[in-house]
Amino acid sequence: MTATDTPATSGAFGQRLLRKEDARLLTGEARFVDDLQIPGALWLGMVRSPFAHARIGSIDTSAALAMDGVRQVLTAADLADAWAGPMPCAWPVTEDMKAPDHFPVAGDKACYVGDIVAVVVADSRYAAADAVDAVVVDFEALPAVVDLEDAASDRVVIHDGLGTNRSYTWTLSPDPDAVEAAFAGAAHRVHERYVQQRLIPEAMEPRGVAAVPGVYGGDMTLYSATQIPHILKVQIAATCGVPEHKVRVVAPAVGGGFGSKLNVYAEELIAVAVARRLGVPARWTESRSENAVATIQGRGQIQQMELAADAEGKITAVRANLVADMGAYLQLVTPGIPLLGAFLYHGVYDVPAYHFECTGVFTNCTPTDAYRGAGRPEATYAVERAIEALARQVGVDSAEIRRRNYIATDKFPYNSIAGLTYDSGDYEPALDRALALVDYPALKAEQQRRREAGETKHLGIGLSSYVEMCGLAPSRVLASLNFGAGGWEAATVRMLPTGTVQVVSGSTPHGQGHETCWSQIVADKLGIDPADVEVLHSDTAVSPYGMDTYGSRSLPVGGVAVGMATDKIIDKAKAIAAHQLEAAEDDIEFVGGELRVRGTPSRAMPIQATAFEAFTAHNLPDGMEPNLAAQVVYDPPNFVFPFGTHVAVVEVDEETGAVRLVDYAAVDDCGPQVNPMIVEGQLHGGIVQGVAQALWEEAAYDADGNLRNASLMDYLVPSAAEVPSIKLDHTVTPSPTNELGVKGIGEAGTIGSAPAVMNALIDALAPLGITELEMPARPERVWSAIQDARRAPGAAGEEGQ
Amino acid sequence: MRITLSVNGEQRSSEVEPRRLLVHHLRDDLGLTGTNVGCDTSSCGACTVLLDGESVKSCTLLAVQADGREVTTIEGLAATAGGNGAEGAAGFHPMQQAFHEQHGLQCGFCTPGMVMAAVSLLVEHPHPTEAEVREGLEGNLCRCTGYHNIVKAVLAAADAGVPA
Repeated sequence: MTATDTPATSGAFGQRLLRKEDARLLTGEARFVDDLQIPGALWLGMVRSPFAHARIGSIDTSAALAMDGVRQVLTAADLADAWAGPMPCAWPVTEDMKAPDHFPVAGDKACYVGDIVAVVVADSRYAAADAVDAVVVDFEALPAVVDLEDAASDRVVIHDGLGTNRSYTWTLSPDPDAVEAAFAGAAHRVHERYVQQRLIPEAMEPRGVAAVPGVYGGDMTLYSATQIPHILKVQIAATCGVPEHKVRVVAPAVGGGFGSKLNVYAEELIAVAVARRLGVPARWTESRSENAVATIQGRGQIQQMELAADAEGKITAVRANLVADMGAYLQLVTPGIPLLGAFLYHGVYDVPAYHFECTGVFTNCTPTDAYRGAGRPEATYAVERAIEALARQVGVDSAEIRRRNYIATDKFPYNSIAGLTYDSGDYEPALDRALALVDYPALKAEQQRRREAGETKHLGIGLSSYVEMCGLAPSRVLASLNFGAGGWEAATVRMLPTGTVQVVSGSTPHGQGHETCWSQIVADKLGIDPADVEVLHSDTAVSPYGMDTYGSRSLPVGGVAVGMATDKIIDKAKAIAAHQLEAAEDDIEFVGGELRVRGTPSRAMPIQATAFEAFTAHNLPDGMEPNLAAQVVYDPPNFVFPFGTHVAVVEVDEETGAVRLVDYAAVDDCGPQVNPMIVEGQLHGGIVQGVAQALWEEAAYDADGNLRNASLMDYLVPSAAEVPSIKLDHTVTPSPTNELGVKGIGEAGTIGSAPAVMNALIDALAPLGITELEMPARPERVWSAIQDARRAPGAAGEEGQ
Repeated sequence: MRITLSVNGEQRSSEVEPRRLLVHHLRDDLGLTGTNVGCDTSSCGACTVLLDGESVKSCTLLAVQADGREVTTIEGLAATAGGNGAEGAAGFHPMQQAFHEQHGLQCGFCTPGMVMAAVSLLVEHPHPTEAEVREGLEGNLCRCTGYHNIVKAVLAAADAGVPA
């Protein structure tokens, strides 16, 4: 609770410090899970259903068992007594939510292409792969339900015991009458339908696990490419029946997650079960094509978005209705992902009436779950597309409609109609800077020039203003939402006898640079070199407490906890110094890494000396515990609300439908930046993922539930050649939520970008009369829209809106 | 089949199945786990190594195809840095140093392949434009960085005289 007297900082906070993580990654020394050399480990291969919906009959394992190196082939029946409980869904969003029992190996029915039906245990990865192909499963194919609206109709019910494919309906509607009245009396109404296509997260490292029994006196160590070792530990106890105090989970170097490694997966539990049974390590690594069906997918919604507005285009109500694709089963957070956006369908706009409803529906596709932004990109997309439709009706441009509707700067903290308190915001400066970054007037002039000249390569400029709620989350809010865990984060900071510092964090970085950033926070407060700080994480034996990394929470919750723990050891150091320098604690100040008596600077001791004193304990104040260390578990009082405006510039070739992203500018505000270089990196990567959703990516299922583009040959993750360099600027509006004033930024890029690109496309095609376009805007789709517009009665001739 | 490769300057002899992929031979048999497997269709480039100085995707080569040839993996890169002071801090090759200085990596999984591909790119095009860098790296996917800083790193390395 006590702050340092003077920042007296080494200035590490805010520096573009080069990353500590880099050396081992650049040289290949980092150990990802598949890199681990585990003597005696057996390799697992997963036999997966090639049918989206099928009864499982007999399984003939004889050919596989006869192959060299194959030790076992296990079916659901063989593993039935391995489970203490079903696979977890941590968020029963409603009291009456319907969910099928979900076990790691399917027994009676396979419900999606990729559903595991048998497990091969072999001596080598090649032997396991060969044996998987040799297992013969007798399937009786059933009609597959793939289309979301078809699934919602219950024409074919997937899960026999449930009676319906509708898992839940969740509503947020504080005043339905106000919404009705607003729409009834509206001067302008917008009603649009948007599709949030399924996306494959495609972290570059495929998932992998290694379950190693009997290490370090514990019963089980699980190495997994996971974002959530702490949560996984609890779930292994609940699902596999290994006593929790005997479980250790380690996330080695993890090659990206984006939410897809925030889960409890069948393969993790299977590896633990097999290792337990056989008493030897059991490991598995997925192939990329396996990843496409076996790892959760993102998004998957059909949105009905409505705005009511007055004559000037001031929004008076928002009504959002979603149908959300759960996939075949509920994984860890599946039903709640759409609801993470539920509060944000009015975005940065001051809206007095609000209705949100979401129905989660099962389909015979890979389960969905968190993917960068998790509910918030979908919300931002809907409101940022809809407000453009409103702008067209009202007859004002994109910037003007937003200015008329932004929450005014003097309204913060802002209590939204959806029940949130936006901590801080200042939306117009970000818009102004973004327009300046792209030289908006010059772009509009060039756009007009091309139109007047009748050129066939159309320029389009699209805006997107967003706010997002991150820093998951105040635990009491999670309780009110029925989420099964809390949102705190833990940090221990200890200065060792020789003066260097160890930080133990409950966060689980997988590219975000926490080691560097937490070092900067600590070094800044202690007046030391960040090189003298070591950050320990991602191993439950080393970091016993944590709620892991997702939801752009690690800095505003985890980093803040690190700062608070540092403050605590400074307080303790002051007490030691006061005692040893024979002064009152109130007379001790901490300046430039030294504790000194105010007014008598010669009576001083460096903080490192107090650490040694705390270690020897020869002369500590009565009642003080030895060692200079402190632990904080911080439960944030609120979410944090980063915001910004993005501008996309596209060029559309009307003859081919090809779209080129010509320029992209983003002005984002995450409060004070610990390391601007790392912030920029997060924005670059997040933006490209949102651009990719707009232009290229979709998990393409056929009517039988086959994923047609499971490989990277035809699931179009962009390369460097597809995207331009990105212009970034920022504003700094501190958060009052935490003492560092910081907000998360990991997902903001993805949240802001897809609508900016689609708005740019619609802007480019406006003279052709096109106002609707779905993602991804493939050339064929764009070209068809152009042809349809030309054939439409009263088709637009030249320009004009 | 018995094969002998020169890997990062060292002769390595092994008995391998004909179908063994070079990337698995490097990783599992020779313990050089820096080179990564990111896909199964030669699309991602995480497995990029140099074969007789030329960049190749080691997931799409059989180990037996590398018999009698020189393979350079990420582990061997720093050792090949020129003795003219081009080595960076901590014994980095200048390309590694450029990636470090430009924040051209986040999770690091694509990085060994990206660095090897970039080294090879500059051998072929010592002074590329931004567009040439982007096209030259089309075969190497990254999901974390959005490529912005990777491109900056390669251009910085080119400015620093790589390959020198």
